[in-house]
Amino acid sequence: MNMYLYPEYEVVRDESRCISCRVCERQCANLVHSFDAETGKMSADSAKCVNCHRCVCLCPSHALKIVKSDDTYKVNANWDNQTINEVYKQANSGGVLLSSMGNPKPYPVYWDKMLVNASQVTNPPIDPLREPMETQIYLGKRSVTIERDERGKLKDTLAPQLKLRVPVMFSAMSYGSISYNAHEALARAAEELGTFYNTGEGGLHKDFYRYGKNTIVQVASGRFGVFKDYLENAAAIEIKMGQGAKPGIGGHLPGAKITADVSETRMIPQGVDAISPAPHHDIYSIEDLRQLVYSLKEATEYKKPVIVKIAAVHNAAAIASGIARSGADIIAIDGYRGGTGAAPTRIRDHVGIPIELALAQVDQRLRDEGIRDEVSLVVGGSVRSSADVVKAIAMGADACYIGTAALLALGCHLCRSCHEGKCNWGIATQRPDLVKRLNPDLGYKRLVNLVTAWDHEIREMMGGMGINSVEALRGNRLMLRGIGLTDAELRILGIRYAGESM
Amino acid sequence: MKRVYVNEKWCLGCHLCEYECAFAATGLSDIVKALKGKPVYPRIRVEEGDGVCFSVNCRHCREPLCVQSCISGALSVGGDGVVRIDREKCVGCLTCVLVCPYGAVMPAPDGHAAMKCQLCTDNACGEPNCVKHCPNNAIVYEERG
Ligand code: SF4
Ligand code: SF4
Repeated sequence: MNMYLYPEYEVVRDESRCISCRVCERQCANLVHSFDAETGKMSADSAKCVNCHRCVCLCPSHALKIVKSDDTYKVNANWDNQTINEVYKQANSGGVLLSSMGNPKPYPVYWDKMLVNASQVTNPPIDPLREPMETQIYLGKRSVTIERDERGKLKDTLAPQLKLRVPVMFSAMSYGSISYNAHEALARAAEELGTFYNTGEGGLHKDFYRYGKNTIVQVASGRFGVFKDYLENAAAIEIKMGQGAKPGIGGHLPGAKITADVSETRMIPQGVDAISPAPHHDIYSIEDLRQLVYSLKEATEYKKPVIVKIAAVHNAAAIASGIARSGADIIAIDGYRGGTGAAPTRIRDHVGIPIELALAQVDQRLRDEGIRDEVSLVVGGSVRSSADVVKAIAMGADACYIGTAALLALGCHLCRSCHEGKCNWGIATQRPDLVKRLNPDLGYKRLVNLVTAWDHEIREMMGGMGINSVEALRGNRLMLRGIGLTDAELRILGIRYAGESM
Repeated sequence: MKRVYVNEKWCLGCHLCEYECAFAATGLSDIVKALKGKPVYPRIRVEEGDGVCFSVNCRHCREPLCVQSCISGALSVGGDGVVRIDREKCVGCLTCVLVCPYGAVMPAPDGHAAMKCQLCTDNACGEPNCVKHCPNNAIVYEERG
């Protein structure tokens, strides 16, 4: 017998406003709404609702809302409703619990416990509308050896760089986990913004080769879609060692999402689950990693920076130090709040560490060892606003990856049901009738709007600090102060407490 | 002239355009007051079948069959290119309904006259309300040679 679970969220229809247009019924892929021809009234089956807000947003008379159910078991601080329900679900199914998107648990968000400085009197602020303000940056190795040619002229020994007009890139999301239209929107936005999007481990659809200058391609443990053209049609190559949402495990794209197009792009059979193994089977040491880094560089004639992406875990600093010595040009670190198209719930919610702490430790370690210039640092895993970007840069990052924020711009409402493949917003689905709901003409503009708005805000915040370039803000932790943090947290973050002066 | 163009690739078949059209025609500012509990008479229709859907409304043809066939002179092409119907002149013969190849002219609710899309020039919206509320840019209002 399956234990009955009362729906977590309830669909509430204001009968006095509903005009029975049935738009909600047509838009809900979870078949929540239905029309009763006899009474002429709509009804809803809340048990099927995933709270994606598609119907709420499209209802022309704003007759709908979704509320958290107030049905409750006996209140128990140890056994809360969700914990109890998860036990029931597993007793019903015997299966591993699956989730999507980022860790929703109430762990501390360190971005919100840091405050930014501003200039007063002695160091004048800068008005970004009147004075030059630089948010353009380069990613790549900055260490150079001074070499001269026979005529005594300096040789250009600078390793390949990525030029970003804004210190924000779109993080890895594979074609397969997200739709063709979502990819097109990201690619076009990256092109217009002068930044990069990332194919994730799903290969690169041929249609998107034309955005190659703004594409980062991933080489992950499954090696899906990796071949000559893939590497050639990219600006940089990212070796994915781990993902913040699920450190220590591989990926699993259900067969239902492996459509003909996805199968061709990934170079795997149609309809069969795509499993990427937890480790790269050829990488068990930094030396092994170095071999892959150099194989990829060799294959692309040393013209493209190689990124190594890891999940933020307990010994991230030591690992990053190894990566910096492996020949990689850029290290990407993904915090435990980073999103995913599907992950075991326990891993998403309990494995890894906050990106803020990992970033502080990695940057410090690389500086201490004198190798910070060997690599650029990119951080992701819940960068939610321009303020988070500013704080990340002041902590020591060169740039940020945004994934969830980008999907929100495309319409995602964080219902965290990506793994069900029925995304009502046309993002995390391959069902043609749902994919078409995301028109990239509209989607890419929303992405451009978002990042442009952030760019303005970054300029404003930097101006307030009297800083006129991202380069000058990077690693400037004196611009940050902690609030509501313990001594240990301040030490790890490498910042002072609010009220302590320079 | 600017016309409403359809891009079936992006049409979701949500039928919002029909309701927004009917709402615009009422001239009211509250959609609930305008449409709740009332039959809806849109001048735009979503056609569906075989996995394809798209909305159809008046094409504002350069040589409109409806205007040519109107026996009472109620239909005319304005200086702006918009095909309009004069309710006062219409005798309700519905010949236009029969001849329009797009099915874009329909009997008005009272049955005594025909009605059609006039690109919201006949109400307070000013611009086609269907286009304004299409969630996916499946209909656009633009100049195309
Ligand atoms: S979309 Fe809104 S008005 Fe239309 S049937 Fe659903 S609840 Fe009613
Ligand atoms: S699943 Fe989404 S569209 Fe369906 S009822 Fe719930 S919120 Fe509305």
